[in-house]
Amino acid sequence: MKIAIPADDNNIDSTVCMSFGRTPFFLIYDTETDKAEFLTNSAASSQGGAGIKAAQTVVDAKVSALLTPRCGQNAADVFTAANIAIYKTEGTSLKENITAFKEGRLAILGEIHAGFHGKHGG
Amino acid sequence: MQDFMENMAVKKNIKIAVLSGKGGTGKTLLSVNLAAVASDSIYVDCDVEEPNGHLFFKPEWDMEKPVSVIIPEVNQSICDGCRKCVEFCNFNALAYINNKLKVFEDICHSCGGCFLVCPLNALTKKDKCIGNVFSGNSEGVRVLSGIMNTGEASGIPIIDELLSQCELFEEDRPIFIDCPPGSSCIVMESIKDADFCLLVAEPTIFGRHNFEMVYELVKLFNKPNATVINKSIGGDDPIETFCNEKGIKILDKMPFDAELGTLSSNAEIAVRQNEKYRELFSSLLEKIYGEVSNETAAYTER
Ligand code: SF4
Ligand code: SF4
Repeated sequence: MKIAIPADDNNIDSTVCMSFGRTPFFLIYDTETDKAEFLTNSAASSQGGAGIKAAQTVVDAKVSALLTPRCGQNAADVFTAANIAIYKTEGTSLKENITAFKEGRLAILGEIHAGFHGKHGG
Repeated sequence: MQDFMENMAVKKNIKIAVLSGKGGTGKTLLSVNLAAVASDSIYVDCDVEEPNGHLFFKPEWDMEKPVSVIIPEVNQSICDGCRKCVEFCNFNALAYINNKLKVFEDICHSCGGCFLVCPLNALTKKDKCIGNVFSGNSEGVRVLSGIMNTGEASGIPIIDELLSQCELFEEDRPIFIDCPPGSSCIVMESIKDADFCLLVAEPTIFGRHNFEMVYELVKLFNKPNATVINKSIGGDDPIETFCNEKGIKILDKMPFDAELGTLSSNAEIAVRQNEKYRELFSSLLEKIYGEVSNETAAYTER
């Protein structure tokens, strides 16, 4: 199964990026073949709606799960519509999280953050 | 009051925008009291996220109007998933998931672009209410106020509606526009038709940065302007230094006044309570009108 994780750098020794919408890269990882691929997040520099655009990138990569420290409401709506499960990352490294996910130790992300819309003033 | 206006050949439907770089500088206090002392005036509260001018005026609303914007709705049976609209939307309000186009209504800024780029005309226009405008009288002041529903993308359509409501008045009245705090695009919208901008500042270092931003904005729009320093402490203050550097006119320095503060926190309009304040704000208003007629004269001479 393929999973996605926001990553600070485009190598497997990188840390998990704390922001979903503004992460520079996404690691797309195949848990069966252990193949890792990195996608650039074109939403990183978006003015608004970065979460939606980033979610579109992840959905298009045809993953079954997303591992992320946090996720906004709009992006979560995209993942719900696409039947993609969202798990909360633990610790900082990509590798730790891949292992934890494989061993079923990650919890479903419960708390979804409301966006900041309305505050950027257009 | 009426007399000196006539004497000064001021445009009687003059629009005065009151701005400040941040909240809490006394911007609402000033605009409310100026409108009240002018009487036969219009007060417009453009802070549609947190309107509070009406708390002072306590008008009885006699007009309420919903404000809507146009957002896209997709006809899934026509849409072939080409994603042209998704790529086009600068606000990322559209996503294509599970062979379906999804519209994020709160993110959509109603730019109308997606309707134009869809090759199949699969998008139709849908009205969406984003807030309301109200108006009512308060002792000779016509109060206009708007409120944006929480979570909406932009308050600009509500501000446009408020400003176009002002145009509906037949008789000429001075218009006081209480702008939202800050220097974002909704502030630009609020001042775009103003004849004069009154900047309200607090004499602190923190105040100075925000003041500079809002001053840049007023300069950008080439608006005649002047500044009032509120809660002035006398002596050297960072705002005054900045004004002197840039040649910004300081119309008034209002010392910190506990009584004025108390009246305000009780949502009372000072000029209606106390002759002292009536005089204070009348003289400020007179200075403002003086500035405007100078400007008008200066512009016609050029
Ligand atoms: S109207 Fe403009 S902002 Fe709204 S979805 Fe269409 S392209 Fe995006
Ligand atoms: S541009 Fe039109 S046809 Fe293409 S995805 Fe958008 S709505 Fe569908």
